[in-house]
Amino acid sequence: MAPPAEVLAVRGLSKTFPGVRALDGVDLTLHAGEVHALIGENGAGKSTLIKLLTGVHRPDAGDIVFQGRGVSFATPLEAQKAGISTIYQEVNLIPLLSVARNLFLGREPRNRLGLLDFARMHREAEETLGAYGVRVDVRRPLRSLGVGAQQMVALARAVASEARIVIMDEPTSSLEPREVETLFSVIRRLRDEGIAVVYVSHRLDELYAVCDTVTVLRDGRRVHHGRLAELDRLSLVSTMLGRELGEVRREGLTKFTGDRHATDGRPVLEATDLTVPHQVHGVSVSVRPGEVVGLGGLLGSGRTETAKAISGALARSSGSVVVAGVPLRAGSTPAAIRAGVSLLPEDRKSEGIVPGLSVRENIALAVLPRLSRFGLVSETRVDSIVDTFVERLRIKASSPHQKVGELSGGNQQKVLLARWLAMNPKVLLLDEPTRGIDVGAKAEVQKLVDELAADGLGVLLISSDPEELIEGSDRVVVLKDGAVVGELTGDEVTEDELMRTIAGHAPDRDAVREAATDG
Amino acid sequence: MSATETDAPVAATRGKGPAPAGEPVGAARSERVSALVQRHGAPAVLVVVSVVASFSFDSFATGDNIANMATSSAFLAIVALGMTFVIITGGIDLSVGSLFALGGVLAAWGSRHGTPVALLLPLVVCGTVGVVNGLLVARSRLAPFIVTLAAMLGARGLMLALTDEGADTYLIGKGSFLAELGQGSTLGLGNPVWITLALFAAGAVVLRRTRFGQHVYAVGGNEDAAALMGAPVARTKVLVYALSGVLAGLAGALNAAWLASGVTILGNGMELEAIAAVVIGGTLLTGGLGYVSGALVGVLLLKVIQNVINQIGSLDSSYQQVVSGAFLAVVVVAQTWLGRRRQLM
Repeated sequence: MAPPAEVLAVRGLSKTFPGVRALDGVDLTLHAGEVHALIGENGAGKSTLIKLLTGVHRPDAGDIVFQGRGVSFATPLEAQKAGISTIYQEVNLIPLLSVARNLFLGREPRNRLGLLDFARMHREAEETLGAYGVRVDVRRPLRSLGVGAQQMVALARAVASEARIVIMDEPTSSLEPREVETLFSVIRRLRDEGIAVVYVSHRLDELYAVCDTVTVLRDGRRVHHGRLAELDRLSLVSTMLGRELGEVRREGLTKFTGDRHATDGRPVLEATDLTVPHQVHGVSVSVRPGEVVGLGGLLGSGRTETAKAISGALARSSGSVVVAGVPLRAGSTPAAIRAGVSLLPEDRKSEGIVPGLSVRENIALAVLPRLSRFGLVSETRVDSIVDTFVERLRIKASSPHQKVGELSGGNQQKVLLARWLAMNPKVLLLDEPTRGIDVGAKAEVQKLVDELAADGLGVLLISSDPEELIEGSDRVVVLKDGAVVGELTGDEVTEDELMRTIAGHAPDRDAVREAATDG
Repeated sequence: MSATETDAPVAATRGKGPAPAGEPVGAARSERVSALVQRHGAPAVLVVVSVVASFSFDSFATGDNIANMATSSAFLAIVALGMTFVIITGGIDLSVGSLFALGGVLAAWGSRHGTPVALLLPLVVCGTVGVVNGLLVARSRLAPFIVTLAAMLGARGLMLALTDEGADTYLIGKGSFLAELGQGSTLGLGNPVWITLALFAAGAVVLRRTRFGQHVYAVGGNEDAAALMGAPVARTKVLVYALSGVLAGLAGALNAAWLASGVTILGNGMELEAIAAVVIGGTLLTGGLGYVSGALVGVLLLKVIQNVINQIGSLDSSYQQVVSGAFLAVVVVAQTWLGRRRQLM
């Protein structure tokens, strides 16, 4: 059998942005029917490579040979028309347009008069989406769908457009476990049809589940390429991080020490019978000083809502929250902050950082009232606080005056953490603190959480990554449908036990394992 | 225009397959109710106000009064039609009031050289201003507010220069085709009314049933996503401002034909009236959602309210603007509230 045809050959691709050499002489070869993992830490050059391939940016040097011809796409549209489709990490569709119109934008079926044929469009949209397990009224606006279903629409759109190459940039970050399975079956179907797939993900399980070959980027260079099966997980991580294999093995995949913290003393946070209509049903959770309590459960189990109800961001309809002996008023964030509760929200971009402000301003934002006298802010006190936390959290910025929007995801997260630590909190609520940040920064954030707990802070940790949840927590409270279904203590704090609890002792363990890994 | 797309409160056939992440049933219902009010609120108010007015004032529901209201609504409606396209892309066009006046003067001036010149001249000139607006907005990425504000000042200046500071008035000869177009009537309604209705029908088809229309919604709904999905963002923007300019010029020309002269003091504040009508009709000022029919209803509502205040007689006509302003405020507050309920904003 002849080897599959080469679809894409990239030679010596380079791109420099002001001050940064984002990509430095990178090669990449794709064959028909190949599922290619593209991995690297944030800032390694993955996004730049994708943007060069899809016509968003133009390379400074190097060639892109697509189906035997040298190409230079000026716009994403040109790349799409040529046969390179992309699914972006954040759903890039039009929320107010109907599902069908999103699916067909730019290639709507038309009737003899040149007008859009809605009947055909709706029928075909339903058929197409049905194949992806999405059964919705395609006339409804896209935003009425869940994020996962929206991502499936984006997928269907990318695949439907006669693509030769489909690039998927972290496609599973907002998918439910079942949808991940659907995605994988779509990828396998594409492979069988001879379409090349570039798969970008931080989730190793997924890479090993679907990818044949791998390219590892580090600091804008290709540091490894070959068959994925020939590279075990630890080697993959160490290649990606540029660390010695022994080091990774010694420290494990997460940076948590695994030591249990001393957990005596009265709880610093006691939430009892928290209820938020439709979302949280009588959840009780307590955290002692120096303790990390994990909040486990699948997507939509009420973890985020519980944290928000504790911090006052969601108004509880009943139940009580007591912090260090002080009862908190329902639905008041200022009261919670005064009492010493800080919430690191799930969505960094929309609920946390102010991208246009500097590192210094972002850190000082919450603590300003305390540093001011008669409405005037003491600059020296701000400086000393900012310096302390930049150093302590190892925030990498060119100066405290750099805009936060220019930092990497991991450093943005650290800035947020610094903002709340500057408030000198008693309880820290961390909602997905390592989501979407690269492996190195993840390890640092995990290490910080450990250090903070060791300093006597009470931490409530929410994470979709079971490894992180188990290794990071002293206890795990498991939620399902907005209610507590179990609590793991001592030796029970294991991934197996977590999955069993989430499943509610359902016999189908495999499905649950997948669910827990991705939920 | 049919309401089957996007905002029709159809029941969702969910529940099978991977259910989209949790949206409680109650929220879906309130979403549908909000969508319904947003879409059909203005027509409902129009009907109520008209019914109340026809019972209160004998002279309201007479054929003459209705024909008058229709004709005086027609010119604003044509301007609002173009504005609808611009606003759905998330833009704004402040130049239309000036272009309306300029179009009128150009038509009257051009009528000396025959009707084709009288009709084409305003369309070409105002369309060109629109294209320049669009290019500046789309290519130079300047704020539409500033670009069209400059065009508003420039177009009015040009119009004043043509008329020697408004001292020269150009007349449109009686009996010409242009005069007939503006002053004549068919089946009891003035010709401008029929032209307006035809334009709205065409506008509705363009917006709902053509690719260009899809792009208009896509650009306003999420410009970056639209670009990544391959929609021609820049071209769409240039086209909507061009369309807005052309329609403003046409409205001005028809108005001049109706008045038999190019009146220089017209069109002041018309851009704001048009924006008000579009927003009252349910189009989101933030873009991405809107209806051609809404603009028509919005214009009619403004004109009916003005007419009612005139009927009251004892009220100074200046109060028209007070009432229109208050009404707009109420509508915008209601829109924002509904929009937040639907999480559009």
